[in-house]
Amino acid sequence: MQRIGVFICWCGSNIAATVDVEKVSEVIKQEKGVVFATNYQYMCSENGQQIIKNAIKEYNLTGIVIGSCSPRMHEATFRKAAQAAGLNPYMVEVANIREHCSWIHKDRAEATEKAIILVRTAIAKVLLNTPLAEGESPVTKRALVIGGGIAGIQTALDIAEAGFEVDIVEKNATIGGRMAQIDKTFPTLDCSACILTPKMVDCAQNEKIDILSYSEIESVQGFVGNFTVTIRKKARYVDENKCTGCKVCMQYCPSKKGLNEFNMNMNTRTAIYIPFAQAIPNVAVIDPEQCIKLKTGKCGVCKLKCSAGAINYDMKDEFIERKYGAIVVATGFKPIDLDNFNEYAYKDSKDVITSLELERLMNAAGPTNGVLLRPSDNAHPKDITFIQCVGSRDVSGCGKPYCSKICCMYTAKHAMLIREKYPDTRVHVFYIDVRTPGKNYDEFYRRAVEQYDVDYIKGMVGKVFPMANGKLLVQGSNLLDNEQIFIESDLVVLATAIEPEPSVRKIATLLATSIDTNNFLTEAHPKLRPVESPTAGIYLAGVCQGPRDIPETVSMASACAAKVIGLLVKDKLKTNPCIALTNENMCNGCSQCANVCAYGAISYIEKEFRLGGGKTEVRRVSYVNPAVCQGCGACTVTCPSGAIDLKGFSSKQIMSEVETICKK
Amino acid sequence: MDKNDFLELANTDVKKCMKCGKCSARCPSFDEMDIKPHQFVSYLAEGKIDKLLVSKSIWTCLSCLACVERCPRGVAPQSVIEAIRDTVTRKAGANGLSAEDIPPILDDDVPQQLLVAAYRKYNK
Ligand SMILES: Cc1cc2nc3c(=O)[nH]c(=O)nc-3n(C[C@H](O)[C@H](O)[C@H](O)COP(=O)(O)OP(=O)(O)OC[C@H]3O[C@@H](n4cnc5c(N)ncnc54)[C@H](O)[C@@H]3O)c2cc1C
Ligand code: SF4
Ligand code: SF4
Ligand code: SF4
Ligand code: SF4
Repeated sequence: MQRIGVFICWCGSNIAATVDVEKVSEVIKQEKGVVFATNYQYMCSENGQQIIKNAIKEYNLTGIVIGSCSPRMHEATFRKAAQAAGLNPYMVEVANIREHCSWIHKDRAEATEKAIILVRTAIAKVLLNTPLAEGESPVTKRALVIGGGIAGIQTALDIAEAGFEVDIVEKNATIGGRMAQIDKTFPTLDCSACILTPKMVDCAQNEKIDILSYSEIESVQGFVGNFTVTIRKKARYVDENKCTGCKVCMQYCPSKKGLNEFNMNMNTRTAIYIPFAQAIPNVAVIDPEQCIKLKTGKCGVCKLKCSAGAINYDMKDEFIERKYGAIVVATGFKPIDLDNFNEYAYKDSKDVITSLELERLMNAAGPTNGVLLRPSDNAHPKDITFIQCVGSRDVSGCGKPYCSKICCMYTAKHAMLIREKYPDTRVHVFYIDVRTPGKNYDEFYRRAVEQYDVDYIKGMVGKVFPMANGKLLVQGSNLLDNEQIFIESDLVVLATAIEPEPSVRKIATLLATSIDTNNFLTEAHPKLRPVESPTAGIYLAGVCQGPRDIPETVSMASACAAKVIGLLVKDKLKTNPCIALTNENMCNGCSQCANVCAYGAISYIEKEFRLGGGKTEVRRVSYVNPAVCQGCGACTVTCPSGAIDLKGFSSKQIMSEVETICKK
Repeated sequence: MDKNDFLELANTDVKKCMKCGKCSARCPSFDEMDIKPHQFVSYLAEGKIDKLLVSKSIWTCLSCLACVERCPRGVAPQSVIEAIRDTVTRKAGANGLSAEDIPPILDDDVPQQLLVAAYRKYNK
């Protein structure tokens, strides 16, 4: 016979204000199997835990029920306390009388009645609990970082610094991400390449780091500590080990019309190319859409010219399988498409550009060698108008509901840099709000206004008209003056909203982790676990989780690395004992459980069974791999023979809970 | 009628307005208005109905819906103007507009569209 102890928590006034905790513990005392019941202000506190421990010893309890907050909050706390007092931790059940009861009810009598039912239900379950023991699984001491932007680079460097091996899988031909495209960086205005490229080189030279560029994730199997990942190395048609990065091929390649993605398609490149001068790896890649040899079989000039013999037109995609203990997602962002914003004439005029395009127009390695020229006619622009919040904070369905967070600061940066370099320009900025929280950030923006005379206009632009004289007429609101204004501009720059890189959806599916309605990856807890995903062993760094600038991205990346290192230093992980188990005598080998298991935990074995009378029979029965099973229970409800059950959540336990709830 | 009646009549969520002024940025009648499209939204939110009821803007708004089209927050400033205009013009049982009234007040700038809309709404 079980001896159950029940502990009702007040949670300060969170529970006690709505639930009569005294009454609950009094009523519950009368329940069958209950030998002790009490209530206390904070069960999770040191004192509260002591009450539990003392009761376990004094009353020789075999199982306990805590009526408190959600088990997600404190189940682990109470299990630990029970274990310290010598009770098996799986003999602890939590009845959620806060989230499921006090927080959602107003009527005290009703809430009290419901709390009693919930506690009774937990008692019904614990009466059928059996002690369980956690298993162990090994940890592969290697990490995978998906995405080689500044987030991925910093994470990898920090993990490698701690002595662990780490692979960066980058879909582009080089690592560096968006930061490589930026000219100067706020708030200090240092050159982006000057602070980024040394880090890229560090990655390349670090023997613990393996950069798999021009590669993507194909499939992911396994679980925390034990992931198996298949990586597709896309055919680059150039042997990475042979290419010396001499660029001779680029001089001779006759196909010169490929759009230069690195320069935001504002100029062209050859079919064989190295994305930019400081690319890592500094190895050429052939664009199969542009290469004449790959398209028609003729040409082959680069192969003739390459003295390293690096070119291989027959190269095929290659698949590599590797094992990892932890995976970091750092897939970053892209600016949104402007198809829904015809009012800004982005499609109609070359002189309406996005801020990222402006970065390239200002950069010495950009399409204009760093001279700010109007794209339509290469004239020097005199009146430049910036429009902030283009597609951000938009709930009309055209844009994104969130603030992109970085554009107020980079617009102030652009305005200042232009005024500094070209004092004869007039720079106007339309803003709804200027959002510049952060160390030295508001000061930075104020400098644009006070020192650089940038004309900040509170209001939004309604329309940009391309005019016959080649200029752009910007029509907008000046809300502070309550006027409608028109500004003739040479260049219009759109501070375009950013969104997560679209391939993150596929990545999230492969990793069985979640994304929000805006495709940003979801963190395990918005305040307390911001760099972990809800899926164990998967971590998040950079803009893939939410809009942020470089300083924040780097902090997040280092935090991520700390979490990964914390995992990789462990030799073994404790595994959840609440997993599926097959009753082989009942299993008829129908395969339905294996089909439904999302984690691939179920396989089939041929097993010999005694039939009696010395006879045996070999039957096919299901086998659950305890290291892979996540305890989701999908198989248990699928099995037509009722042969598979979840330890700690058996069908019997659940039915007993349901019966208790239904009992009047 | 109080603020809530107008909120119901306008049937648009004025609290969603983020005061960006994009509605007023493109309004073709902006210069003819004493109270601007974005102010219709904020005045209603603040309950300043009296001021709106005497605004001359309700007669200069073209009902072109440019403001509605532009608003990034899904607010419809024109619906607020419309609600005020309807209230001023439509009195139960009254005939708000008769054909004879038109010629003396007609001027070349009055858009055809407005006349048609007005006729449809206010003539019994
Ligand atoms: C116009 C502009 C100006 C800016 N100026 C500044 C500034 O002055 N100061 C500042 O602090 N911040 C600035 N920022 C913000 C800065 O760019 C970001 O904070 C930073 O780039 C975020 O880094 P990340 O690594 O998270 O993402 P990214 O830089 O986007 O890197 C992501 C990487 O992951 C790769 N990737 C994506 N999907 C996959 C996949 N499926 N598989 C493999 N690899 C993948 C991408 O190719 C890329 O290399 C600016 C942003 C913009 C748009
Ligand atoms: S492919 Fe050959 S020619 Fe081209 S950069 Fe590499 S080594 Fe030089
Ligand atoms: S950061 Fe500034 S410009 Fe960008 S969306 Fe937010 S408020 Fe608008
Ligand atoms: S509907 Fe009226 S207020 Fe709105 S833009 Fe047109 S004229 Fe202006
Ligand atoms: S456009 Fe919309 S959000 Fe902006 S001021 Fe007008 S009503 Fe408000």
